[in-house]
Amino acid sequence: MSSLALERAVEARAVIRRAGWRWTLRQLFRKRTALIGGAVVLFLIVCALWAPDFVPYDPFKVNTLNRLKPPSAAHWLGTDELGRDLLSRVLIGARFFVLVCLISVSIAASVGVFLGLIAGSGPSWLDVAVMRVIDVMLAFPYILLTLAIIAILGPSLWMAMISVGIAGIPGYARLVRGEVLAVKQEEYVEAMRALGAGPAAIMVRAILPNVASSIIIYMSFQMPLAVLAAAALSFLGLGAQPPLPEWGAMLVNARTFLRTAWWTSAAPGLAIFVSILALNLLGNALRDVLDPKSK
Amino acid sequence: MTEPLLSIEGLKTHFFGYDGLVRAVDGVDLEVNPGEVLGLVGESGCGKTVTALSVMRLVDAPGRIVGGTIRFDRRDLLSLSASEMAQVRGAEIAMIFQQPKVSLNPVMRVGRQIAEQFIRRRGMDEAAAWKEAIGLLAAVGIPAPEAKARAYPHELSGGQAQRVMIAIALSLKPKLLIADEPTTALDVTVQAQVLALLRERCKALGTSLILVTHDLGVVAQVADRVAVMYAGQVVEQAPVERLFEAPEHPYTRGLLGSIPVLGALKPRLVEIPGNVPTLDGVSVGCRFAARCGERLRVGSRCETEAPPVIARGPGLQVRCWLADPAAADKERALA
Repeated sequence: MSSLALERAVEARAVIRRAGWRWTLRQLFRKRTALIGGAVVLFLIVCALWAPDFVPYDPFKVNTLNRLKPPSAAHWLGTDELGRDLLSRVLIGARFFVLVCLISVSIAASVGVFLGLIAGSGPSWLDVAVMRVIDVMLAFPYILLTLAIIAILGPSLWMAMISVGIAGIPGYARLVRGEVLAVKQEEYVEAMRALGAGPAAIMVRAILPNVASSIIIYMSFQMPLAVLAAAALSFLGLGAQPPLPEWGAMLVNARTFLRTAWWTSAAPGLAIFVSILALNLLGNALRDVLDPKSK
Repeated sequence: MTEPLLSIEGLKTHFFGYDGLVRAVDGVDLEVNPGEVLGLVGESGCGKTVTALSVMRLVDAPGRIVGGTIRFDRRDLLSLSASEMAQVRGAEIAMIFQQPKVSLNPVMRVGRQIAEQFIRRRGMDEAAAWKEAIGLLAAVGIPAPEAKARAYPHELSGGQAQRVMIAIALSLKPKLLIADEPTTALDVTVQAQVLALLRERCKALGTSLILVTHDLGVVAQVADRVAVMYAGQVVEQAPVERLFEAPEHPYTRGLLGSIPVLGALKPRLVEIPGNVPTLDGVSVGCRFAARCGERLRVGSRCETEAPPVIARGPGLQVRCWLADPAAADKERALA
């Protein structure tokens, strides 16, 4: 999974290098899947920012008279076991989706990129030290690693996001290290040295800008994985705790009523499904545009 | 005579690879005078580029400079600290490379790459540096320099890219420019223009130029003096006219004999048999002996004893037993 994403990111860098970002965006707009995915992601961002202003009901308001009502005109997605409106809860839940995207991906990317840079451009003992630690992290299955980190940090939504972030570090570190090693061999780096540039100037002016595009593309592949992992942790009761309307946490409660009130599971389940699908559509469209082999 | 700007003595740069030692540069002596254009010629793998990189102290592991001295402008380059050497690079000794299009940072506008030198090394502000950069682009013959300064390297042709490299290398008015095969990647018409530009800019700034090339035609066009390298050593040094008129070393003669002359009725080009020896073994005798068509004239000495550098006149040096007066006597005795 991650090595395939790695390969794609490296290929994509070459295409962007040749064709430029503006061309890439224009090609992307021509793809229907990219437009659908983009629209959904945009909608989720709007929900995350302004959902409290337009949800029909208070997502935390308990109404025991309205328990487990099927979808109707008043409650489009029905109500849960405490009579809370599921549509409102799902829309507010988009906030956690976006939060997980931002926080875990930025933790993974910032630490991973930093480690990759020092491993790729530092002395060889540092490279060995950093990459062996990364190898140890990679030896654990992704979910197991996040579980282990949660076990240390304690269960909560924030800790879930941090643990998903930490579990994402090795992928970025490996990608960036490899790219740095490749860029370091480029003649323009040698030329910069010949012009008297020090290691810091070479890092900031030559290596980082040339690695940036692969990092951005890798992020687009990692984001859905991070969201799914965070939802899974919440489902296991190790992430968001009730009554927070996080989709994974909502699923746990709904599980009990799966046979009697299917809509309680369907609402958060569909939300997860659609949002992950949207991210994947966007990522795949990006890959299609940038991968010369898929044409 | 004036003191040379650069003087290399007994330079040895060896590579400590997995399969043993490679003596890429093994006792090079070279001098470059102020304002002079020196052509450094030789086959692939004879140590030209490594010599150039040694002067810049840019030889990467597993390579290491293991002996000799490099004096530049009354300083010993090999004893400078890393940061002092970084100060020398770019400001006093600059270098341009074989592949101009990949020597430019692909994500930075070319004007910015020139301006960078002024900002980083001369402390200029952005606007002034940008103005300088445009002036330099005009000086190296880039049409519409204001527009081209905003271009990215992939929007330039090979010739334009090399002109930009020349502009960057000469931006801080270095005393010495090392050009490593600067025209090999360009097509022939552009080659001539770039060479003319190199020579003109260097003469205008009083910059000395070391032109590393395997192309004797390039040397004839640009150089004042030529050093011919073979197997990690300089085998002949001479003023350019002298070298072409009366080459002393059999290897130089071989090189010259292998150039096709347009319109000349040469039945067959002369080739030098064999290959450049691998530079990993310890050599006894002259390194060219195995391929030399004239070694028999001197007898077995070529195989057993390495020839010293023999001075044959002002600026004229040969590393060959044929140039040894004793050898001439012997030859006469044999005849």
